[in-house]
Amino acid sequence: MSSLQMPKVDNAIMSKKDKIASDLRGIINSKNVLSNPDELRPFETDGLTAYRQMPLLVVMPETVEEVSQILKYCNENKVKVVPRGAGTGLSGGSMPLEDCVLMAMGKFNKIIEIDYENRCVVTQPCVTNLAITHAVQDKGFYYAPDPSSQIACSIGGNVAENSGGVHSLKYGATTNNLLGIQVVLMDGTVTKFGGKAMDAEGYDFLGLMTGSEGLLGVITEVTVKILKSPEVVKAALVGFPSIEDAGNCVAEIIAEGCIPAGMEIMDKALTKATNDYSKAGYPTDAEAMMIVEFDGTEHEVEAYIQKTKEIAEKNNSSSLKISKTNEERLKFWAGRKAAFPACGVLAPDYMCMDGSIPRGKLAEVLNEISRLSKKYNLPVANAFHAGDGNLHPLIMFDANDKESLRKCEEFGADILKYCVKVGGALTGEHGVGIEKRELMCEAFNDKDIQQQLTIKVALDPNSLLNPGKVYPILRKCAEEGRVHVHGGKTKFPDIPRF
Amino acid sequence: MSMEEKQNSQTSLDFNQNIFKPTSREEIVEIVKTCYRKNIPLEINGLKSKNKIGRNFQSEKTLDLSDYKGIIDYKPEELYIKVKAGTPLKEIIGELDKNNQQLAFEPNDFGYLFSGQSNSGSIGGVVSCNFAGSRRFKVGSVRDHILGFQGINGKGETIKSGGTVVKNVTGYDLSKLVSGSFGTLTILTELSIKVLPKPETSKTLIIKNPHLKKALDFLGKALSSSTDPSGGVFYPDYFGKDFVLNDLTHDGGLTAIRIEGPTNSVHQRANRLSKELGLLDQELSILDSEQSNIFWSRTKNLEVFKSLKSNLLRIVLPMSETLQVIQKLKNFEIKYFIDWGGGLIWASFDQLNTKILSEIKDTVKKHQGYITLIKVEEDLKASADIFTIDPIKYKISEKIKRSFDPKRIFNPGKMYTGI
Repeated sequence: MSSLQMPKVDNAIMSKKDKIASDLRGIINSKNVLSNPDELRPFETDGLTAYRQMPLLVVMPETVEEVSQILKYCNENKVKVVPRGAGTGLSGGSMPLEDCVLMAMGKFNKIIEIDYENRCVVTQPCVTNLAITHAVQDKGFYYAPDPSSQIACSIGGNVAENSGGVHSLKYGATTNNLLGIQVVLMDGTVTKFGGKAMDAEGYDFLGLMTGSEGLLGVITEVTVKILKSPEVVKAALVGFPSIEDAGNCVAEIIAEGCIPAGMEIMDKALTKATNDYSKAGYPTDAEAMMIVEFDGTEHEVEAYIQKTKEIAEKNNSSSLKISKTNEERLKFWAGRKAAFPACGVLAPDYMCMDGSIPRGKLAEVLNEISRLSKKYNLPVANAFHAGDGNLHPLIMFDANDKESLRKCEEFGADILKYCVKVGGALTGEHGVGIEKRELMCEAFNDKDIQQQLTIKVALDPNSLLNPGKVYPILRKCAEEGRVHVHGGKTKFPDIPRF
Repeated sequence: MSMEEKQNSQTSLDFNQNIFKPTSREEIVEIVKTCYRKNIPLEINGLKSKNKIGRNFQSEKTLDLSDYKGIIDYKPEELYIKVKAGTPLKEIIGELDKNNQQLAFEPNDFGYLFSGQSNSGSIGGVVSCNFAGSRRFKVGSVRDHILGFQGINGKGETIKSGGTVVKNVTGYDLSKLVSGSFGTLTILTELSIKVLPKPETSKTLIIKNPHLKKALDFLGKALSSSTDPSGGVFYPDYFGKDFVLNDLTHDGGLTAIRIEGPTNSVHQRANRLSKELGLLDQELSILDSEQSNIFWSRTKNLEVFKSLKSNLLRIVLPMSETLQVIQKLKNFEIKYFIDWGGGLIWASFDQLNTKILSEIKDTVKKHQGYITLIKVEEDLKASADIFTIDPIKYKISEKIKRSFDPKRIFNPGKMYTGI
């Protein structure tokens, strides 16, 4: 934490804390402005718990008009604002700044409208991802993107981070399932991008805002597509004698024209750990284990499962189990979903990386990770959304040992740099936030970053909205970039992470 | 002077010509840098299949990207293709065909409308317009398939966003922003596009039915069923005869619903859907693979509006509003068909003038939709807004335009005055 550089603290703002609090209490219900350190404490961090910072104040607006007035006030008085949804993000996107007003959107927690005719749900941003599915499942519908923290993460946060999940292989990430948003810009302007129609007029601001990590506007309403639940869902659990075989199998399944709903791989270390932890019945002797899930009609799923079987056998699979019931299918997933907590049992601390690579490079990147593991003398366990090449290596270390922490940081940065080198990306779904900020220059050159910053300045000329996130502050690429977990304790230990 | 600038200054550019036809990125950079320095507006073209869409604007020079073409990298197993922006769509589709893959967003071919024959244009044009075909409600629009791009901004700087992997949340998603920006933000140079396997087979249920209300009811039910259709259109009576196909005996109004996927599954789903919709044999024709493909290809090509003399409007709206909007628009002697399972109207009006157009726009706006004028008579084109926008979004668009193209040299005024 101490090494993390944030934008310069504005001492004039710090000294005006009482005045700002009192002004804000004039805008919204005074009990919704928090200034006492005890009240501020719960907001000092998000899902990236390695970094903590108390905000100057916390505001909890209840209406769009209040959001607009607060932002307008802060803009006019040059006060930084950090928006926050459920605070489950893994890249520090809603970590406060010392001199910021943290805008906690928790009171925007109602579903506004369920519209089956247009197959969409209009909701306030702090409704959880899973609550949307819960609201429509009695009619056989669901909301497709399923980040593992879906029980707790907010839909507004999903939009801000463009969250993915296991099923984004077939159904896309948030950006592909979003119809519209209402946004308040830093100057207080309230506007809507998109709506219930499939396309919107003019520039695609909806696409720009999605994944902009709270830097361009505060989301106050979200309209998402809902889909009819598939008739049949089945999963196969396949063991392989080597990670190369598993990687080749994934590439071949995709190349054959089967697009599974989800396709996951874990290496031996993690398979064993998760099996011990969740008793999922995994093939613990296999060097790599794959879960592949298909959905659709009965015939379709059967045909794909059969094809998967053939491809797996061709790639030397050592075991293959097909789910016979829905319970069994969920059991397959239970272990995978417990991957992170299971890792907490293996070592005092671990860091979770989030790189994205071409599917065909899976084996190469895994070999490199294993080489680096030997080089740094730190164990690593690997979980992947293999179908779309999204890796989550978990590096194990001991945070009490400074040398171990330093090595872990270098190891993590080396993995992400390698992902970029083979044609991948720094982050597949966790976002850049503060975590991978200084690695941006691995993926982009100055001109690319400058273009993005120019857009930021066009919408927020004083750079007051969530500053210090996404774009590098240091001129060098700092060796930072992971989720740090100590003693298996994450900020929300009960939320699955994968 | 950076290496890049040094290289650029070495290319010799004859700036006296009015049409530039660059073959390298370095040439494009030099052209843009010169235009930026001299404040010279540029009209940007690919294969000109859609260049009639948009407002008329004055430009001193034209940048013709038709020679800036070629497939850079195609990895079927990675499900992406990387191409230069001037590459003809036809060439890309031909290449994908060899691996039984496709661009799932089925871009419209406007050639039939404007010139009576196929002209699907360049991939840069397809992305710049962001007009997706009948699978829109299932697979998304063009923008949903753009993994990354490289472009030249209005200062002549080469910029990029995204990459070739599907999962990527590194920085702002500028691929979305440039899709549908009609060449007003950057000159696209390279595009990485997601490709998908072609469905094994396709089957189309053709329901003989002249009534819009009934059609929208069928489409709504189909799209809300787990039979997972990938196309849903309604053609009124006057277009029925445009579809002469072996297995289509009917020549009146029709509702068509497409089911795609593995053969077994397609049979199963098509049967189930026809039961769910309560269809009787006599009101149903079924088109199998080849005929089904022809039907949807004609839809994608807007062939019922082939060589249209008058105007064509593209109206996007929530599907719940379509019936009411059509009922109101019928006052204006309209010929139309419905795509996207009810969410898109392609409409031509017998008489169109500024007053009628503004009434149509108001009606559509009231129903939460918007209009794009795809084809209009020249006299109307000069005075009408081709694209609609509200004042707040106009202000934001102006700022975004300037962040890419500070001197407004790219297609100035093509979308909106001042942008």
